[in-house]
Amino acid sequence: MIPTPFEYSRAASLDDAIEKLRATNGDGKFLAGGHSLVPLMKLRLSEPKILIDIARIPGLSGISRKDTKIEIKAGTVHHDVASSALLREVCPVVAEAAAEIGDPQVRNRGTLGGSLAHADPAADYPAVVLALDADIHVKGPKGWRVVKAHDFFQGLLTVDLAAGEIIAGVQFTPVKSAAYAKLHQRASHFAIVGVAASLDVKNGVIQSARIGLTGASSHAIRLRNVEEAIAGKAASVSSVEAAARLAGANVQDVNSDIHASEEYRRAMIPVFAERALKRALARVS
Amino acid sequence: MATSPVLPKLVGQRVKRREDPRLIQGRGTYVDDIALVGMQHIAFKRSDVAHGRIRSIDTSAAQAMDGVEGVFTGAEIAEFLAPMPIGTPFPSPDHRAVAVDTVRYGGEPVAVVVARDRYVARDAADAIVVSYDTLPAVVDLELAMTGKPTVIHPAFANNLAVALVPSGTGVSASGTVDDSAIDAAFAKAEVVISQRMVNQRLAPSAMEPRGVVAHYEPGKGTMTIWSSTQNPHILRTFIAAMTGLGQDQVRAIAPEVGGGFGAKINIYGEEYVAAAISKRLGIPVKWAEDRSEAFVATTHGRDILGYVDLAAKRDGTVLGLKLRLIADVGAYNMLLTAAIPTLTMLMANATYNIPAIRTTLTEVFTNKTPTDAYRGAGRPEATYFVERAMDILARELKMDPAELRRKNFIQPHQFPFATQMGAVYDSGDYEKALDLALKNAKWEHLKTERDAARAQGRLVGLGLAMYVEVCGIGPSASLPTGGWEHSQVTIERDGRISATTGASPHGQGNETTFAQMLADQFGVPLEHITILHGDTGVVKQGIGTFGSRSQAVGGTALHMAGAKVKTKMAKFAAALLEAHEDDLVFENGTISVKGSPASGKSFASVAGFAYRPVPLPDGLEPGLSDEAFFEPTNNTYPFGCHISMIEIDRQTGEPTLLKLVAVDDAGHLINPLIVEGQIHGGLAQGIGQAMIEEVVYNEDGQLLTGSFMDYAIARATDFPRFELDATVTPTPVNPLGAKGVGEAGTLGSTPSVVAAAVDALSEFGVKHIDMMLRPEKLWRIIKDGQKSPTRQGGRS
Repeated sequence: MIPTPFEYSRAASLDDAIEKLRATNGDGKFLAGGHSLVPLMKLRLSEPKILIDIARIPGLSGISRKDTKIEIKAGTVHHDVASSALLREVCPVVAEAAAEIGDPQVRNRGTLGGSLAHADPAADYPAVVLALDADIHVKGPKGWRVVKAHDFFQGLLTVDLAAGEIIAGVQFTPVKSAAYAKLHQRASHFAIVGVAASLDVKNGVIQSARIGLTGASSHAIRLRNVEEAIAGKAASVSSVEAAARLAGANVQDVNSDIHASEEYRRAMIPVFAERALKRALARVS
Repeated sequence: MATSPVLPKLVGQRVKRREDPRLIQGRGTYVDDIALVGMQHIAFKRSDVAHGRIRSIDTSAAQAMDGVEGVFTGAEIAEFLAPMPIGTPFPSPDHRAVAVDTVRYGGEPVAVVVARDRYVARDAADAIVVSYDTLPAVVDLELAMTGKPTVIHPAFANNLAVALVPSGTGVSASGTVDDSAIDAAFAKAEVVISQRMVNQRLAPSAMEPRGVVAHYEPGKGTMTIWSSTQNPHILRTFIAAMTGLGQDQVRAIAPEVGGGFGAKINIYGEEYVAAAISKRLGIPVKWAEDRSEAFVATTHGRDILGYVDLAAKRDGTVLGLKLRLIADVGAYNMLLTAAIPTLTMLMANATYNIPAIRTTLTEVFTNKTPTDAYRGAGRPEATYFVERAMDILARELKMDPAELRRKNFIQPHQFPFATQMGAVYDSGDYEKALDLALKNAKWEHLKTERDAARAQGRLVGLGLAMYVEVCGIGPSASLPTGGWEHSQVTIERDGRISATTGASPHGQGNETTFAQMLADQFGVPLEHITILHGDTGVVKQGIGTFGSRSQAVGGTALHMAGAKVKTKMAKFAAALLEAHEDDLVFENGTISVKGSPASGKSFASVAGFAYRPVPLPDGLEPGLSDEAFFEPTNNTYPFGCHISMIEIDRQTGEPTLLKLVAVDDAGHLINPLIVEGQIHGGLAQGIGQAMIEEVVYNEDGQLLTGSFMDYAIARATDFPRFELDATVTPTPVNPLGAKGVGEAGTLGSTPSVVAAAVDALSEFGVKHIDMMLRPEKLWRIIKDGQKSPTRQGGRS
C-alpha cells in the first residue's frame, strides 16, 4: 500500500475521537475496519492527512439487548454480527446480511458503523437498517443525536452526518419475520441488487411492511409503494408475490455498469424483493 | 547397519509439499523482501490514455522533491537502453521500455523516478505532469483489421502484426497452399456447423505481483538481478544483452515466486529499466509492482477470436475442420506474444482423427495491454474452439456428446500419431479417459438427474470436453532458447545430497518431487536432500518452468545426473566393499552387496571416502558431483476428459457449478497429491474463465476491470468438490514416462462448463454462448427465449 503521507493517532474514547478529528480542521478521517477507506487511499482517491483510529475504543463494539430493542455498537465487525446467537434468534435478517458481506477478510475487519457512514451504494447494511426502521445514534461536538435510517441515506456516499460526528451505534426493535436477499457481484461481492424486507403480521394479516433496497441506485431507499401495497393483505405467498411485482417501479436513476445494465438491475429488483418477502413470510411464527 | 530403518519408495507417493510450511508461515523470501544497503526505489509514471502523442512532460516538481535521486523520461532512458527484444521471429514494431513520443496502451510507462523509498518515488511519479494529444483508441479487434479507427504502428498496415498465416492439411513448410483436400472434405459433408467464438482476455493475477531488484557493482563490473520470474536463465541472457554485459557477468535470481501462470516468462521493460538504471547510477534499485499496476503492466492472456467450421457425415464422422483465428496482440509484441496463437493452430487436431484441417492466423494490434502466455498458452484456446464445435455438432446431430467424441478419436494403435498440424502425438488412449470420466460421473444417471430437474422447471445442463495439450516443451527446435533442461547432482561429504535444476518452480512443488526421485534413486531419506533452483549463480544452466515442462524435461535431467553420480559412487563403494560395482544396492541409507545388507557401508561413509579417497581407487577422480543436459526427442501430449454439471437460475441467470469430474492422463505421476493440487488450480482458472473472469475495456481503451472489485478471481466457495481421477499412459519421450500437468486443468474444464450452460439453456434454442457466463447474458437468453420459445439458431 503506497498512499500519500498521513499521520496516525488512536482514539481512547468517543469524545477523544471527536476532539482529535476536530483538531485536524477537516484534514482527518476516522479509521475503523478500513475496508472502504484503505482501498481508496491505496488508489489515492482519498488522501486524508490524519487518520484517527477508532477501532479500539473501549465499549464501541458489541451486540446487546437494550430494553425492547437491540443495540449493535458501531465498531462491531461483520463477522461478530453474522455469528451472533442473539441476532440469529430474534432478528436473523441482520446476521444473514452480515454473513453475505464481501469475504472473510472483510467480515473480520469491516464494521457496521463504517459501512453506514461510508454508504457505498451497493453495501448490504443500509437496506437492513431501512427495513428495521433503525435508529442511528450519532455523537458529535454538540452532543448526541438520533437519526432515523430513512433520513440517514441522502445521496451517493452522502449521509446525515455533520463534520466531526461519529456513529456510535444502531438500535432497532428486533423483527423475527424479516429477511435479506441479494444478487452478488462476483468480483466484489457487493450487491448488484439487495432487498431487506421486514413484515409485521398479526392474525394472518400483514399489518405493515418495511422494505429496504440497496445496489440499484445512488443510495439505499425504502420501497414505499410495495410497503403500501402489501399492508393489510393476507400473510400469504400470493400477496407478497403480487406486491413484489411493483418493486422498483418508482426507483429513479438505476445504476448501470459492466456487471449489470440498468435494464437487468430493474428486472432484478422485483425478483429479490419477492425472495426477501417470501423468506420473511416463512419466518412468521 | 542392520538396524537402519526401511525407507519406503517415494515416487508415486502422496508426499506433502516441503515448500508449504515456510510459505504458509510467511517465512518465504520474495523479491520485495530483498533489501540492499544504499538501495533506491523506482516508480513508473504511466499513461492514463490508451493512445496519444506525448506533447510534453514536466518533471520539475518531481525532481525538486526531497529524496528523489533522479527522474528519467522515455527519451532520456532511450539514450542508454535499446528497444525491447522479443523471442519470436515475427516482425515487430519498435517498442521502448518507456514510451518516447507516443503511448499505445493505458498504463504504458512514460517516465521513471528513482527515490529514497517507495513512497517518495510514488509521490514524485504522481507529481510528473504529462500532456497528450489524444489519438483514437483501437479497441475492437475486427474493426482494427480494417485500419479503423486508426493505425497504431505505421509500418503495420491495418494494424496487422501478422497478416495471415495458413497451417494444416495442404500447407507445406515453404508456405505453398493446396486447398483440394479441405475443399473436398467440405464438399462431401452432410452437415456443416459454423460458429464465431470469443476466447476472452484474462488477467493472469499471480498472488505475488512482479518485482525486480537490480544491483550493478561498478567495482566488479557485474550485475545481480532478482526478479519474480519463471525463468532466471532466460532473464540473464536478455539482461546481459541489454546492458552490454557478458552472460558470465550477470547473475539472475528468482527467489520465492508467488505464482506466474505464464505471465512471468516474459522479460519486461521494468526489468530492463531497473538493470540499466542500476548500471548507470552504480546503485542497487528496486521496483515492486502494485496490484493496480499488475492489471495494466503485466501481460494479459487469451483474447483470440475463432471462426470455426466443422464438416461431418450424419453418422458423426468428422471430415474436416476450418479454424480462422484472429488474435489480439495488444499494443506491442512481447517475448512470446506472436507465438502463442501458433500453439492454438498446432493443437487444432485435438483428440480426433480429422482427415483435413485448415487453420489461419491473423494477429492484430490494439491499444490494450500486450498479451502473452497464460496458463495453457494457446492450447486451451484450441481445445475450446474444437470442443465447442464438437458440442454444437453433437447437438445438431442429436448425438450424445460422448459418443460423437468416441466415434472420432485417434485410436491407441495409431500412436505415435502425426497430426494434420505437424505435431506428432507421443502416446494416448482417449477412449479410456473418456470411459473413466463417464463412469465416475455416472453419465447416464446424470442425464436422468438433469431431465428430472428440468421436469421441475429447473435449468440444469451437462457438458463434456476432451483435451490433448502439448507439454514437456520440448526439443530444441521448438524454442529459441533450446528446449533442454539441466541438472547437477552432488553427494556432499556428509552424505547429504544437493541437486540443482534449471527448472524454476514457482508453485509446482519440485523441491518435493525431485527430492522424492533422488531419495529413491540413492536409497536415502527425503530430508537429506536439498533441491536448489532459481539462481544462475548456483544453477549453472537452465531454461525454466513453463509449458508443463519441469517434471518431464527437468525431472529427466535430474534423473540422468543422479544416475551418473550413482555410477561413480558405486565405484567408490565397490572399492571399500571389495565387491563389483554392478552387484551393489543403494537402500535404507546404505550401500551393500546384493543379498547381504548387513555387510554394507553407510551412504555417508562412502560419500566421505569419495572426498578423502585414501587410497584413490584406480581410474577415479575424487568427489561425487555430475551434471546432465536432457534434450527430449519430442514434446509430450497429455490428455483427459472433463465433465461439468451446471444449474442456471431461471429468474436471475446466475450459473452455479454443481459438479466437476476430471480424468487427467499425465503419464506416470511422481506425486499424485501435488498433481491434484496442480489440477485444482488449473480447474479454478479454467472454470474461472468460463464463468467469472473477463478483462473489459471501454471504447476509449480504458480498462474497466482494473481491480479485484471488478475483475473476479475464483474462490473456493465458487466450486463444488472436484472429483478427480487419472489414467496412466506413459510417454516414450523420457525415461520417467511423465508428461506434465501444470496446465491441464485449464484445458477441458472451460469448454465443458460452457457446454453445460448451453445444455441448460437448450430449451431456448441457443447453441453457443460466449464466455464469461455473465448472469445478465444468460438472463437475456432466458428472457428472449421465453418470448419466442420456438426460436432457433445461435447466439454469440
